Amino acid sequence: MTRDRILTAAAVGILLAFLWFADRTFSAYSIRILNTIAIFSIVAVTYNLINGVTGQFSLGPNAFIAIGSYTSALLTLSPQEKAASFIIDPIVWPLSVISVSFPVSLIAAGVLAGLIAFLISVPVFRVRGDYLAIVTLGFGEVMQVITNNAVSITNGPLGLKGLYPHTTLWWSWGLCIFTIICTVRLVNSSYGRAMKAVREDETAAEAMGIDAFWTKTLAFTFSAFFAGVAGGLLAHLITTISPSLFTFFLTFNLLIIIVVGGLGSTTGALIGAVLFAWGGEALRVVEEPFTLFGYDLPGIPGMRMVIFSAILILTMIFARSGIMGRREFSWQAAIDLGSTLLQRIRRT
Amino acid sequence: MSETLLRTEGLTVVFGGLVALSGLDLEIRRGEIVGLIGPNGAGKTTAFNAITGVVQPSSGRIFLGEEDITARPAPKIAAKGIARTFQQIRLYDDLTVIENVMVAGHSSVRYTFLEAVTGLGRFSADEKRISEYAEYLLELMGLSDVISAKASALPYGRQRKLEIARALALRPTVLLLDEPVAGMNPMETKGFADLLRRLHRELNLTIGLIDHDMGFVMNVCHKIKVIDHGVPIAWGTPNEIRTDQKVIAAYLGTAA
Repeated sequence: MTRDRILTAAAVGILLAFLWFADRTFSAYSIRILNTIAIFSIVAVTYNLINGVTGQFSLGPNAFIAIGSYTSALLTLSPQEKAASFIIDPIVWPLSVISVSFPVSLIAAGVLAGLIAFLISVPVFRVRGDYLAIVTLGFGEVMQVITNNAVSITNGPLGLKGLYPHTTLWWSWGLCIFTIICTVRLVNSSYGRAMKAVREDETAAEAMGIDAFWTKTLAFTFSAFFAGVAGGLLAHLITTISPSLFTFFLTFNLLIIIVVGGLGSTTGALIGAVLFAWGGEALRVVEEPFTLFGYDLPGIPGMRMVIFSAILILTMIFARSGIMGRREFSWQAAIDLGSTLLQRIRRT
Repeated sequence: MSETLLRTEGLTVVFGGLVALSGLDLEIRRGEIVGLIGPNGAGKTTAFNAITGVVQPSSGRIFLGEEDITARPAPKIAAKGIARTFQQIRLYDDLTVIENVMVAGHSSVRYTFLEAVTGLGRFSADEKRISEYAEYLLELMGLSDVISAKASALPYGRQRKLEIARALALRPTVLLLDEPVAGMNPMETKGFADLLRRLHRELNLTIGLIDHDMGFVMNVCHKIKVIDHGVPIAWGTPNEIRTDQKVIAAYLGTAA
């Protein structure tokens, strides 16, 4: 509808104006948080596509983010920088001379992650069941071993340092908006309906002419592509990457995001990502010494994860379908909600 | 005489040591309504499952027109024009009524994945075509008033109708209905028989159906195949079946 299009365009306009303002006035720390929110949103929205919309339990985003990060980083570092940082083993030949621009490296990161996801899909989706979870969990561990031991490609546990901080608010939020638009369009197309049908009842989906194998492969590859791109953004945001960044812990965090947000809802994934990335910083106070009801508490490292776990448990008990359930944001619903709230305020 | 549309030759399905269906020869001509009946466990649903690719036949062949479709994957068979409903209703519960029907339009979608993501090319025209056809079918089945309700929220009888609307959205040449009037009262069954005849006429359908409601089956079918314990025992018009000694024995038992 035209009204909704105008409202969406206006919302994007306001977001861009806010980013422009933030870019000029916010502290480096605040900008870093905004970038992190965008990157987590990219991964969460597309991770939800395979786990929530298609109903196939993947535990692999950490592996695809790692592939994207390393690919993009190795492609943007200059030959001199690479020669300087690979002190244990010199870097292998084609990588030692290649150096491309940041956007090209992001595309390469996405394509390589997508390609590997496609190769994994072929054996896994031939059979029904929870094999995807087992295989992707294993693949994440394999990636850990590879990044730690393929020293002449990844520089091992030392990681890659001194990346140029290419990831600005424009890059991260631009790609975040692009990802959301692509994902929402896909979910609302016939391909998206096929994914939901596979989630609801695979036998009935196949009886209606839907090839479950290709549908799952499409969702998984799409999701890995964007995880790869997000990995590239992440690498050029924090400028130093090492294998320890991409452990299963990262996937666990993403699972919290999409489950608390509402499995199957793109809006929910987005809300979850914002709450997680922002809340993670806001909760830093609990890891520092603080005073509660007159008691002096020492700072306990890892306390934030206890709180996140508690939130996840409470969600599972009291709101099993998460914040949004499977509902999506719509302007009509927002307007309706606004007008009911307004009426209530007037009445009191 | 009209051409044969769906034909099975010696269709046999064996699960481990159990012969669920043995040597079924079935022939459905264009425009016919053919019933498949038999006592519980006779292998009727197994026959439908084998035809639609849900289970693999152990031996025998299945032809759609001239084409051999034996043991093809289920989605391929559906796209070739054999649509079905299920004995236990299998809707996409969490999707809306119209989404359920539109899902079946997927095999006719012409736009590619990239056109879907960008919203360009054939996307809009194709989506319009699929949703309009879904609306037409829902109107035909009398479900226009619940178009955006969740499928799981519908009462039983309307869920059955929705399953048929979904099957029709495949634009099938053959429609297979597995116990469409199970759980309906006599009034609903009569109404359903009228609806089925109307669909048959308006959409030029060829229909195969399984049911235990003999009144309904005798009323709507042109031809009936009877199977018992996996073995075909009779084939004929409703009047011939009614008086067939083997059929009476299978249903009522023989004097010892």
